[in-house]
Amino acid sequence: MFDTFPLWPARASTTAGSVDALYIFLVALAAFMSVSIFIMIVVFATRFRRRKGVQAEQIEGSTPLELTWTVIPLGIFMVIFVWGAVIYFRERTPPRGATEVYVVAKQWMWKLQHEEGQREINELHVPVGRDVKMIMTSQDVIHSFYVPAFRMKQDVLPGRYTTAWFRATRPGTYHLFCAEYCGTMHSGMIGQVVVMEPAQYEAWLGGGAAMGSLAANGESIFQQLGCSTCHRFDTQGRGPNLAGLFGKPVQLEDGRTVVADENYIRESILSPAAKIVSGFKPIMPVFQGLVSEEQLSALVAYIKSLNQPPAGAAATPSLLPGTKPQQPKVQ
Amino acid sequence: MATAAITADRTNYLNQEYGIKSWLLTTDHKRIALLYLLSITFFFFIGGFFALLIRLELLTPAGDLVQSDTYNKLFTMHGQVMVFFFLIPSIPAVLGNFLVPLMIGARDLAFPRINLLSWYLYIIAGVMMLHCILTGGVDTGWTFYTPFSTAFSNTKVIEAGLAIFVAGFSSILTGLNFVVTIHRMRAPGMTWSRLPLFIWAHYATSIIQLLGTPVLAVTLVLVVLERALHLGIFDPTRGGDPLLFQHLFWFYSHPAVYIMILPSMGVVSEIVPCFCRKRIFGYKFVAMSSIGIAVFGFLVWAHHMFVAGISLYSALIFSILSYMVAVPSAIKVFNWTATMYKGSISFATPMLYAFGFIGLFTMGGLTGLFLAALGIDVHVTDTYFVIAHFHYIMVGGAVMGYLGGMHFWWPKISGRMYPEFWGKLAAMIVFIGFNLTFFPQFVLGYLGMPRRYWQYPPEFQVLNVLSTAGSTILAVGYILPMVYFLWSMRYGKIAEENPWGASGLEWMTSSPPPTFNFDHTPEVTWEAYNYENIPAPEEVAVER
Amino acid sequence: MSDSPIAVEEHNPALRHHFADMEQQRQASSLGMWVFLATEVMFFGGMFCAYLIYRYWYYNEFAAGSRSLDIWLGTINTAVLICSSLTVALGVRAAQMGKRKLLVILLLLTIVFGLAFLGIKGVEWYTKFQEHHIPGSSFNVDDLIKEYPQIRIDPSHQQIFFSLYFAMTGLHALHMIIGVGIFAVLTFYAWKSLYTPEYHTPIELAGLYWHFVDIIWIYLFPLLYLIDRKPLK
Repeated sequence: MFDTFPLWPARASTTAGSVDALYIFLVALAAFMSVSIFIMIVVFATRFRRRKGVQAEQIEGSTPLELTWTVIPLGIFMVIFVWGAVIYFRERTPPRGATEVYVVAKQWMWKLQHEEGQREINELHVPVGRDVKMIMTSQDVIHSFYVPAFRMKQDVLPGRYTTAWFRATRPGTYHLFCAEYCGTMHSGMIGQVVVMEPAQYEAWLGGGAAMGSLAANGESIFQQLGCSTCHRFDTQGRGPNLAGLFGKPVQLEDGRTVVADENYIRESILSPAAKIVSGFKPIMPVFQGLVSEEQLSALVAYIKSLNQPPAGAAATPSLLPGTKPQQPKVQ
Repeated sequence: MATAAITADRTNYLNQEYGIKSWLLTTDHKRIALLYLLSITFFFFIGGFFALLIRLELLTPAGDLVQSDTYNKLFTMHGQVMVFFFLIPSIPAVLGNFLVPLMIGARDLAFPRINLLSWYLYIIAGVMMLHCILTGGVDTGWTFYTPFSTAFSNTKVIEAGLAIFVAGFSSILTGLNFVVTIHRMRAPGMTWSRLPLFIWAHYATSIIQLLGTPVLAVTLVLVVLERALHLGIFDPTRGGDPLLFQHLFWFYSHPAVYIMILPSMGVVSEIVPCFCRKRIFGYKFVAMSSIGIAVFGFLVWAHHMFVAGISLYSALIFSILSYMVAVPSAIKVFNWTATMYKGSISFATPMLYAFGFIGLFTMGGLTGLFLAALGIDVHVTDTYFVIAHFHYIMVGGAVMGYLGGMHFWWPKISGRMYPEFWGKLAAMIVFIGFNLTFFPQFVLGYLGMPRRYWQYPPEFQVLNVLSTAGSTILAVGYILPMVYFLWSMRYGKIAEENPWGASGLEWMTSSPPPTFNFDHTPEVTWEAYNYENIPAPEEVAVER
Repeated sequence: MSDSPIAVEEHNPALRHHFADMEQQRQASSLGMWVFLATEVMFFGGMFCAYLIYRYWYYNEFAAGSRSLDIWLGTINTAVLICSSLTVALGVRAAQMGKRKLLVILLLLTIVFGLAFLGIKGVEWYTKFQEHHIPGSSFNVDDLIKEYPQIRIDPSHQQIFFSLYFAMTGLHALHMIIGVGIFAVLTFYAWKSLYTPEYHTPIELAGLYWHFVDIIWIYLFPLLYLIDRKPLK
């Protein structure tokens, strides 16, 4: 796979092509601009080199010329900006229905867990042609999940989830790097992304030790920690009903509305007092320090899986804030 | 100092007084400039030594020359020493200190004692940094990213942070002195539109130093407090936000890039007209683009954080603003090139450096466009592409300008000419060595080699070997000028008042200038760069 | 600003060699101080920025922390500082008119007010020390949690409030101490009759600095003490 002296990185995801296209355009533009300036300098330097009896011609400047070389570059820059922004927008918006992989980074390894329950360390197996969304967090310092062949990079922060996605296009083994300096063995925090044909991938999935899916795992943690005593799937619970919650707006007690995404669920488990759902009392205990990052991933995956059944019991209807925003919520 | 070697027939700032005390207690801006020159040269070679060790380690894919922790300290201290102890003070504190009063016809900077204080602060900071280096060093990367720096690194973060804090105040005081001097100390007739572009560049630089540095200072205080007392301000496990640190840090550290490059642009704007014998093309646009860079430079900091977890929309805004700041830089390059048109061009060493600057800065600036493009930045940020890009700006740009300026004003500073042949040779060596060192890193970066890697996959080796080879050539190019500058202080040809036939008040006083710069306060009745009225020297810089 | 006539060129002894005349020297010094204050604004600005973000995130803890501060001492300190700004302003006026004795008295009064502020601040800090509200290993806010059962308090978020409280008031106090030191020196020189209606720039500049420190407090006081003082239900 790896040559001894490559000049172009492998291209193995749907975004890689569009990033390369813009890159090639920019290389051409940069080459054209630098070469024209170098040529101008060389031509001027020879044509107007100092000669006996030839005086320099004093030229004040030229506003039309100045405006030209202000406006034209600006126009070109705007083209690059829009082009780059379009790619970025796509890179940052995971498509619906992507397979999810939970990533926990720590000094100096990557721990990955598939929806189906497979766990991997410093290695990620994915099939060709499937959208894969990474939901990542760090146990210690900032890391960065970088797969050059996918032209994909996302910092992985402690204390929150960041996401990234890709769709592999070509089977092979590709580098996984940590791109944010993270201490002694930063350069050892590397791994491989193995892209497989779907059939091979299914075989790989089947070959792993049989353990329940991530969501099933999350469900058992949900029971063990006693979450289910309050978060019941009816209207009687002391905590909000979590079915169908994910991705919906939630009306908070202080009048704000937030969307229940991965970070919201994470925060609501770790420090529940931060955002109290309207109509509920802040009675949930704090789980900061009681659940590991892996358990947290499982819980998040479980709560997301509750969206699957038809939403007969939408936990929190998306009310528009009708109540006046109250300042600190003190009962 | 080779003060005794100066055999001028009149007293000047070098032979007015002798002895260590006359130097250490001087308030003469020219002597302080020389104090700075000595100290930053010292730190330049320390930082350069670290750079060579880094390059040697990267000669092979395996981490074999030094331990990984040592390597991490090397690149951290290379960055900190080069940024805070060489690049930021380089042109402002040496050439700026020497030239700002001379160029505007003042007897000194507005606050000479504060100027000396700023040098002492620099020295205190430098001693702290050296102590930190010698007793173990620091391994956070020059960026001090939290929570690594506050909660995980077990090296001397506090000491390095405080050293940079103190160095920051040295920089603030220099900027303060320049702003007040430029506003209040101009000679009669020296209106804003007659100011040399070097002054405009330093004015813009000073604004950044004044408004940016305090934010870095307070951020470092918070990091130090956080590390010492575990406050939690940047610690996610205590409810803090590590991204807040990045915002505060880059709010200074992005404009800091302009602290390095703007003065260099100022130098080039002096050299190019002089060796083309003509007024600079579009004076007003060049002057205003300096101010534009200073202003826009404050609005682009988060382009260092496109993959750090900032929101999609703020990324869009910072991307478009980053393109805005590229426009004034482009204007400058076009104007310098246009200045050559119909000139009468000669090729002394300073002009070679100016050519080098324009070429390398153009490439550095154009690759900046790559990084500001969001989609590309995701791939190349935190890789060697970024390393190559900012070295093209900071070394190819700032250091080239600094060396060009040193050669251009060396006759004025020392009263002696440097040897022209060796000067040209060194300029060529620097240019070739620089490109060989850093161009392969663009390729490496797009291939995906992350920065700050102590060991790397073997397929990156060929390009790394090229880069290391270039760095040794570059080292020769940097040592040469130091040798022949020292040599010229005793053996160089005695410099005339105005050896280049340059415009500007600094050339209207003797070389080296007397302590109070001018015998009579000059009165300015002409525009800047009035080369039609100045005869070109018969032969530039005679070879001995 | 300049009601002193342009200095008569009998070479005022206070004129430094590199200035053309007293007016240029005065203007340079004054501009220098204004520029310096601009950097000071940025210096505090970083902390204000951190404050605003965390106050938005951790409103409860900020409100509880604010309640735990002694509003009376804070108010008295605000009054003390405003009085000191008045005495400084009057002092500058006295210097302009050449009233040496009055100037010395006003400067001394300023120092007294400044020390009073620092003393009261010290008392407040000492109380916080006794309550274990100083961030660090012995930090403990169980008392606040007990006192305000209606407010959900996360101790580590509470620590962020107190960290910012001590960092901001500490930085402010450092400026006050420097200011008092400057005024001590100026009082000595004023007593030695160094300042004349033609030359009293140091008094003006120190006054500017003092007003700036005062203004910082005028922002700090409501931001730290008055976040939420409504009676709890």
